Amino acid sequence: MNHLDPARHVRGESQYLDDIPVQHGTLYAAVVESAVAHGQLLRLDVAAALEQPGVVHILTAQDIPGENQIGGIVPDEPLLAEGHVHFRGQPVALVLAESEHAAQAALRHVRVEVAPLPVLVDPRQAAAQGELIVPPRTFRLGDAEAAWAGCAHVFEGVAESGGQEHLYIETQGAYAFPTEMGGVRIISSTQGPTAVQRHTARVLGVGMHQVEVDVTRLGGGFGGKEDQATPWGALAALGAFVARRPVKLVLDRMADMRMTGKRHPYSSDFKIGLDENLTIVAYEATFFQNAGAAADLSPAVLERTLFHATNTYFIPNVTATAYSCRTNLPPNTAFRGFGVPQGMFVIESAIACAAERLGVAASEIQRRNLLREGDLFPYRQPTEGCHAEQAWDTAAALYDLPGLRREVEEFNAAHRLQKKGLAVMPICFGISFTKTAMNQARALVHIYTDGSVGVSTGAVEMGQGVNTKIAQVAARTLGISVGRIKVESTNTTRVANTSPSAASATADLNGKATELACRALRERLLRLAATELQLDYEGLHIEDEQVLAAGKPADTNWEKLVSAAYWQRISLSENAHYATPDLHFNPETNQGYPFAYHVYGTALTTVRVDCLRGTYEVEAVRIAHDFGQSLNPAVDRGQIEGGAVQGIGWMTLEELVYNEEGRLLSNSLNSYKIPDLYSAPKVLDVHFLDTPGHPRAVLRSKAVGEPPLMYGIGTYFALRDAIRAFRPDTPLPFSAPMTPEKVLLNLYPDAPSTLHAWTSPAQLNSVTTSVDC
Amino acid sequence: MLQFYLNQQLIRTQEPAGSTLLDFVRYHQHLTGTKIGCREGDCGACTVLVGELNPDGAAVRYQSMTSCLTPLGNAHGKHVVTVEGINAARGALTPVQQAIVAEGGSQCGFCTVGFVMSLTGHALSPNPSTPETALASIDGNICRCTGYKSLERATALLQQQLTQRPEAAPLPWLAEQGFVPAYFAHMPGQLTALRDLALGTNGTAGPTAAQGAPNACPPARAQLLGGGTDLLVQRPEQVRAAPVELVYDQPGLRGIRRTEGGSIVLGAATTAQQLLESEVMLEAVPALPRFLKLVSSTPIRQMGTVAGNFINASPIGDLTILFLALGAELELEAASGQRRVLPLSELYLDYKKLAKAADEQVREICFPAPRPTDIFTFEKVSKRTHLDIASVNTAAWLRVEDGLIREARLSAGGVGPVPLLLRRTSAWLAGRPLSAETVQQALPLAQQEISPISDVRGTEQYKRLLLRQLLMAHFGEIVNE
Repeated sequence: MNHLDPARHVRGESQYLDDIPVQHGTLYAAVVESAVAHGQLLRLDVAAALEQPGVVHILTAQDIPGENQIGGIVPDEPLLAEGHVHFRGQPVALVLAESEHAAQAALRHVRVEVAPLPVLVDPRQAAAQGELIVPPRTFRLGDAEAAWAGCAHVFEGVAESGGQEHLYIETQGAYAFPTEMGGVRIISSTQGPTAVQRHTARVLGVGMHQVEVDVTRLGGGFGGKEDQATPWGALAALGAFVARRPVKLVLDRMADMRMTGKRHPYSSDFKIGLDENLTIVAYEATFFQNAGAAADLSPAVLERTLFHATNTYFIPNVTATAYSCRTNLPPNTAFRGFGVPQGMFVIESAIACAAERLGVAASEIQRRNLLREGDLFPYRQPTEGCHAEQAWDTAAALYDLPGLRREVEEFNAAHRLQKKGLAVMPICFGISFTKTAMNQARALVHIYTDGSVGVSTGAVEMGQGVNTKIAQVAARTLGISVGRIKVESTNTTRVANTSPSAASATADLNGKATELACRALRERLLRLAATELQLDYEGLHIEDEQVLAAGKPADTNWEKLVSAAYWQRISLSENAHYATPDLHFNPETNQGYPFAYHVYGTALTTVRVDCLRGTYEVEAVRIAHDFGQSLNPAVDRGQIEGGAVQGIGWMTLEELVYNEEGRLLSNSLNSYKIPDLYSAPKVLDVHFLDTPGHPRAVLRSKAVGEPPLMYGIGTYFALRDAIRAFRPDTPLPFSAPMTPEKVLLNLYPDAPSTLHAWTSPAQLNSVTTSVDC
Repeated sequence: MLQFYLNQQLIRTQEPAGSTLLDFVRYHQHLTGTKIGCREGDCGACTVLVGELNPDGAAVRYQSMTSCLTPLGNAHGKHVVTVEGINAARGALTPVQQAIVAEGGSQCGFCTVGFVMSLTGHALSPNPSTPETALASIDGNICRCTGYKSLERATALLQQQLTQRPEAAPLPWLAEQGFVPAYFAHMPGQLTALRDLALGTNGTAGPTAAQGAPNACPPARAQLLGGGTDLLVQRPEQVRAAPVELVYDQPGLRGIRRTEGGSIVLGAATTAQQLLESEVMLEAVPALPRFLKLVSSTPIRQMGTVAGNFINASPIGDLTILFLALGAELELEAASGQRRVLPLSELYLDYKKLAKAADEQVREICFPAPRPTDIFTFEKVSKRTHLDIASVNTAAWLRVEDGLIREARLSAGGVGPVPLLLRRTSAWLAGRPLSAETVQQALPLAQQEISPISDVRGTEQYKRLLLRQLLMAHFGEIVNE
C-alpha cells in the first residue's frame, strides 16, 4: 500500500500553512532582527516605522503580557530580545501591518541601537572561556586511562564536522487567531504542537487550555521545526492576542536561514587504542558542541552524541566527554540524527586514522569490533537482537565487498587523474527519546455510525509517512479497509501533552497508542457480537470487514456491528495511552536502559574523484538495513534513500559559512547547496535484511527516520580513500564536509598559498611536479 | 493591460508587469498548488508552464519556468499552466502524477507539484524524449526529502510511455493519454484570437516597449526587464514598484543568424535554451550542450537572456565567460536611437560597473564563428556540479595551425571583480607551439592577471589553484599526457 498523501500532493491539493484561505482582517507580521551577533540593546525606536503606510502595531518585549521566555530545556531564550542581543537574526520586535509588503517595507524604518560586545563563534574558545550551556557530561565504561598502557597501538587526532541547514522547502510560519475566550488558536508548521502551546501560554500569561495548536502537515521538518517552530508560533499568537485580529507570520527563505539554528557543528578530540589483532581496547573522545546562543535542544543532542559515541562497535574501555558551548550563532537544534552523526563521525575518524597509520583497510578494524549479542553499550544497556554482524556480512556478500575493493584498485592503477574510493559505514542507532518521560503517546479513535473511522494522535506528518502507518495500524487492528480511516490533523485539544514528532519514535509511540485504542474498540464490538449472536468471544475476529467466528463468516459485518453498537449505547470512541515499557536512565550515573531497541545496518560507498578538477561523483551506495517487519516497504525505502542522500549532502556539499562577526555568508539557496538530482548516487541499493523486528516497534516494524542519515558518512571516508589513492602522503585532516575545495587542496597540498609563490618560477617547478605525481 | 490565459481562464489584469507570476497565481488567483520555496529560481517548487504561440499559430510551445522569477508581463499573450490546469476531473491522476505516486516520489509533498509541472513540460516538449532529456527536465527541482531515486524511477516509467508519443502533432495523443486536459487543443486558437485582438487595438502583437506595464509611457527609459532571472532575485520590490520595459518577447531582440562574413549574430533576448536549439550555434560550437549543462537549470535556461547575463555583470556569469572567449561584441542602442559597437571585454570597468550609458540597451551580440579546427572549451567548477554558481569558470578559444597557436582568447570568472579576458596570457600564447611546455609557462602568467578574493565560493588559494587546474583542463591531453 502506498502513502496516503501523495495523491493529493501531486495534484497540489494538500494544504500547507501558507495555503490556508486568509481570514478577513488578517494582519501580516514581519520580524525585526538584530543585525549584530552580540551586544547591549541600547535603544529600540519604532516611531518612524509606525508611521509607514499600513503598519498597525509594532510589538517589543514590553508588550509581552506573560513571561518573555521560550527556552525548552533551559530557560535562557527570550521571545523578543531584552537588554542584550546574543546572535545575528535574533528577533527584537514584530511589525504587524495590513499587507505583507507593508510589513516588510516597515522593517528598515525600525532603529535598533546596539553597543557591540565581543563575538564568539568557535566552540573551543567558548569552552575555554567557561561559556557552557550545561555542565559537561561524561559517559564511562571500563577504564580507558588504565587501558592505554596495554594497547599495542594508540592514535590521537582531531575531527571536525560542520553544521547543516535544514532547508525544509516550506519555510517556518504560523497563523494565529484570537478566540472568543480570550485565548488563541494557532495553525503552526511545527513538529511539536505542545511545545508551541506551552510556550505561547507562558508568553501570553494564560493557561495552556486557552491555546489551541493545530497542524495538518509540514513541507519538511527534519528536526528544524521541533523547537524552532516555537518562536514563530508564539510571535503570531502574541500579535493576535494584542491586536485582536488574525496574524499570519511566514518567514521568507533568507530570513529563515539567518534566524534559525541548524545542525550543531562539532570539534572533537579522539584517542583510540588497539591490540595486535586490531581489537579496539580503549577509546576516548571529547566533543565540543557549538550550541549557539541559547540551549534550545543542545543538551539533549549532546547526550545522544554520548550515547552513540562508539557507533556499532564494542569497546570495553570508553571515556566520552561532551561540552555544550555557548557561542553567538543562532541556537543550534535538532536535525535528523540529533548528535549521533557528529559522534559517529569521530569514532569513524579514529578508526580511519588508526587504519591509515597501520596500513590496513579501515574495514579490517571495523568488522573485527562490531557489536555482538549481549555486548554492553557505554551506558550499560546490553544489545538484544543485535544485527551488526548480520548487516555487515550480508552487505559484504550481497554486494561483493572484496570485488568492489578489487575494482577500485584496478581502476586506480589504470587511471592517473581519476581515482575511486571505497568505504564501509556500519551503523547502530538507539530508538526512544532519551528523556524517558517523553516516551508516551495517546490516540483518540472515533468510529462513526457509518463505520468510518477518525484517528487523532500526537504525530505530525512531515513526509515521513507516519499518517499512512497509523492508518495501516488502525485498519489492520480493526480488520477493516484502510479506505475507511482518516487520520486527522494534529491538534492539542484532541490529543494533549504530546511529545514532538522526533527521535524516529513517532510511528512507534503513536502507532502503539492507536493499536491499543483500536484493540479496545474491537474487543468492545466483538463482545457485543458474542452477546447478540450468542457466539464464543474467544474465536471472534474481524477480517476484511467481515466478522469471523472460529474462522467462519458470522451473521454480521463491520457496518452492522458498528450500527448495532450505537443503538445499544456502546461507546464507539476510545482514547488510549501508550508508554514504552522497561525504559529507565539515570542522568547522574549515565547508566540505564534508555532505548526500546536498536536499529542496525551497513552501507558500502564508492566514489570517483576527478583529480584534475577536484570534483567528484558518488557512484554507488549499497545498503543492507534492519527494518524488522516493515509495515510499509515503499515508505521505508523512501526514508532510507532520502536519509542517505541527506547524509551525503552533510558530508559533501553542505557548508555553512559564518564570518567572524557571526554573520551567515551561505545565506540562500544560491550559496548553500543541498543535493540535487545529479548529486544523488548513481546507484542506491537498499536490501531489506531478514530481521524479526522488535516487540516495542509498532507491529515489529522498526523506526526508520534517522538511522539512514549516518550512511552518508561513508561518502566522506570513500572520498578520503580516493584522495589518498592519488596522493598517499597528503596530510588530510578529518574535516567535513569534503567540499570540492577541500578535495582539490588535499590533492595538491603543495599548492602555493601566496601570490608571490604562484608567480615565481621556483614554485612553478614544484607545481609541475605535483601534477605529475 | 496584460492579457493571457491562466489554465482555462482569460486573465485581464492591471497588476504591474514587473511583479512576479508566482504572487499573481497564488495570491490573486488563489491557485495554491504552486509553492513558494526560495524566490530565487533555485528550488523549482513554483514551476509552471508558459506556452507561447508558434509564429504559424498552429501550436503552442510550452516551457517550464520558475514563476518566482517570471515577470507577470512576460505572460502577456501566453498560456500559463499551473497544476490546477492539468488536473483531471474527479481526482483522477495524469500519467505524470501516477508515476510519481506509484514510485513513492512524493514525501512531504511541498516540492512535488514543481516536479509534476517539469515532467508535464517534458511531455509537451517538441524535443525528443530520451532518458537523459527526461531527467534533465527536472534538473531545476530540489527535493529536500531527497527522494531523487524514486523520482528517477518515476521519470523512467514516464519516459517509457513517451516513446509512444507521435513526433508530429503530439497534442491529441497527450490529451488522450491524459497528460493534459482536452482544452489544450483549443489553446492555439485562443492565443491566436488574443494576438489578433491585440493587433486590432494597437497594431502590435507582443507587449513591446513598456506596453506591458500599467504606465503605458514611462518617462525616459524604464528599467529594462528580460527573463527576470537576476533582477527579480536582487530587487523584486523595486522592479514591482517601477515601470519596466519588457524585452523578453520583443521579436527584434530574438533570433540567431550567421552572416556572410562568418559571424554569428544573436538577438539580445536570446535565451540559453534558444542557443541550444539553434543549428547555427551547434554547428559553430558542437560541444555547447555539454557546456550549458553546467549552466543553471532547464527552467532558468528557458528564461534568462544572454544580454541579461552580460549586463548583470556578475564576475562569474557563465555565458559572459563563454562569450568573452568567443570574442563577442555588443551592439548598443541609446534612447536617442544612436548605435555603437563595444567589445564585450571592454564592457566591464569594475565590480558591477559598466562602460555603458544608463539608457544604452544591448540590441545584438555578434562574434566570429569558430572554425571546425579551432579549439573552444569551457570549464566550470562549483560546489554542486549542476544548478550552482561557479567557484571559477573559464573558457578558451585557440586557433591552431601546424602545431602553433596562432591566436588565443582565455577568459576566467570568479577570479577578479569582473569577468576577465586574460589578455596577457592570451597574447603570450599567440605564436607559440601547442605543447605541455607552453601551457606550463602560461600558467603563472594567468596568475598575475587575476585577483581572487576569499568568499563563500572559495578561498583565494583555492580559486588560484582551481584556475590553474581548469586552464590545464582546457588543453586536455596535450598537457596531461
